[in-house]
Amino acid sequence: MEEVLFFGAALGTLGGAVGVIALRNPFYGVLALIVHLFSLAVLFLLLSAAFLAAAQVVVYAGAVMVLYVFVVAYIGGTGESAWEPIPGQRFLALLLGAAIFIELAIAVLASSLLALGTDGPDVEPGFGDPAEIGTLLLEKFLVPFEASSILLLLAAVGAVVLAGRRSETTVGGDVT
Amino acid sequence: MSIEWYIVLSSLLFAIGATGILLRRSPIVILLCLELMLNAGNLALIAFSRMVGNEEGQIFALVVMVVAACEVVIGLGLIVALFRRRLPLDVDELRELRG
Repeated sequence: MEEVLFFGAALGTLGGAVGVIALRNPFYGVLALIVHLFSLAVLFLLLSAAFLAAAQVVVYAGAVMVLYVFVVAYIGGTGESAWEPIPGQRFLALLLGAAIFIELAIAVLASSLLALGTDGPDVEPGFGDPAEIGTLLLEKFLVPFEASSILLLLAAVGAVVLAGRRSETTVGGDVT
Repeated sequence: MSIEWYIVLSSLLFAIGATGILLRRSPIVILLCLELMLNAGNLALIAFSRMVGNEEGQIFALVVMVVAACEVVIGLGLIVALFRRRLPLDVDELRELRG
């Protein structure tokens, strides 16, 4: 059962990823990324990370992808031209991508982590559920938690500054 | 399933994302490929966290998600600003900083 779920979800993630880089229309690329993210959430569940799977679906597939869809709809989903500024860019990109994969595969195969070949230790049923993650976040990792909330606030303000519509009379408002 | 499978899948996804960044020229698709690479990193973090039977790697993955959300917001804001100024949405034509 676990194997079936793993290979199904792995096919979903790979198909979504290939769809993102192969589809010409960015709108379809966003849809392929949603498939990818849902399959990834299944993999997180298989790794007993229930809270992260839920966060993945809510934050990514819910919020971030809606943002993408809005922006693609706003600027118009035009495909890029087939013109290649660097001759043989496609071939080179595929070659370098394959090189990165081979390099990472060698690193995994040659690693001395003996536990890599196992299923991991047996964990109690509550492993990775919201209560445990929340306890860790508020006790051991309080500073990173607060830092990430400040980062989110900064990003929200930055997005408004970058993309907000301003009146022409504003002093210094000549960025957009 | 042994952890190795997850790590190999994660490196494959990372390689696909990197290929996409080298291959495509639309800034939106490049942002999508960045998402792919960050998610591959997340998968590896969670797999390693399962491997040692410790939830701290999942906290790390959560922070990566937060950073990815911030990156998306700023990136899409930049793309909207580019569109408003009627600049071409093609990373090969936006080369003013290259000197």
